[in-house]
Amino acid sequence: MHDFFTLVAVYLTIVIFIPLYRVIAGPRLMDRMLGAGAIGTKTMVLILLIGYMFDRIDMFIDITLAYAVLNFIGVIAIAKYIERIARKR
Amino acid sequence: MTIWQIISIFLIFAGAFFITVGSIGLIRLPDFYSRCHATGKADTLGLLLVISGLIIYEGFSLHSAKLLIILAFVGLTSPTATHALARAAFRFGVKPRFKTTLRPREKS
Repeated sequence: MHDFFTLVAVYLTIVIFIPLYRVIAGPRLMDRMLGAGAIGTKTMVLILLIGYMFDRIDMFIDITLAYAVLNFIGVIAIAKYIERIARKR
Repeated sequence: MTIWQIISIFLIFAGAFFITVGSIGLIRLPDFYSRCHATGKADTLGLLLVISGLIIYEGFSLHSAKLLIILAFVGLTSPTATHALARAAFRFGVKPRFKTTLRPREKS
């Protein structure tokens, strides 16, 4: 079962490079932030699988919860910033 | 290998498949709003499937309850964040690529 978790973790590490293209080459700020949110979503799965690989899931679950909150707050902050710019002009 | 581990492996494979589909949609779709569609639905579904597989693998314990909290939180907040970003882009003035009408079409 540990080999299976390692396999899925390596696969997700390769998949993370696909939204990184959107972060680098996105035409606007919104596209880049969308790609960053997608990378954060995949990173949460990756942290959980790493916790199962190292048998330290009691520590890594709390890290995952904190990372989920940080990802949500980051995207909401950028959205409020864009809305403030749109209201000002 | 018990039956629960086989169910867990199946769920994690399905989640990895949906995460891949969401990522490919994020770079292949032509428009900002359609990219929101890709990453707000398919990516969230993949994450929920993977965490469900981990819950079934873990069994009935404290870690399983914490994973359930993560599942509920992500299932609520990930589409909310995508929706907030799409609304901000709409108010900012990002145009859809194809011509869409917000009102229903008049009957002639």
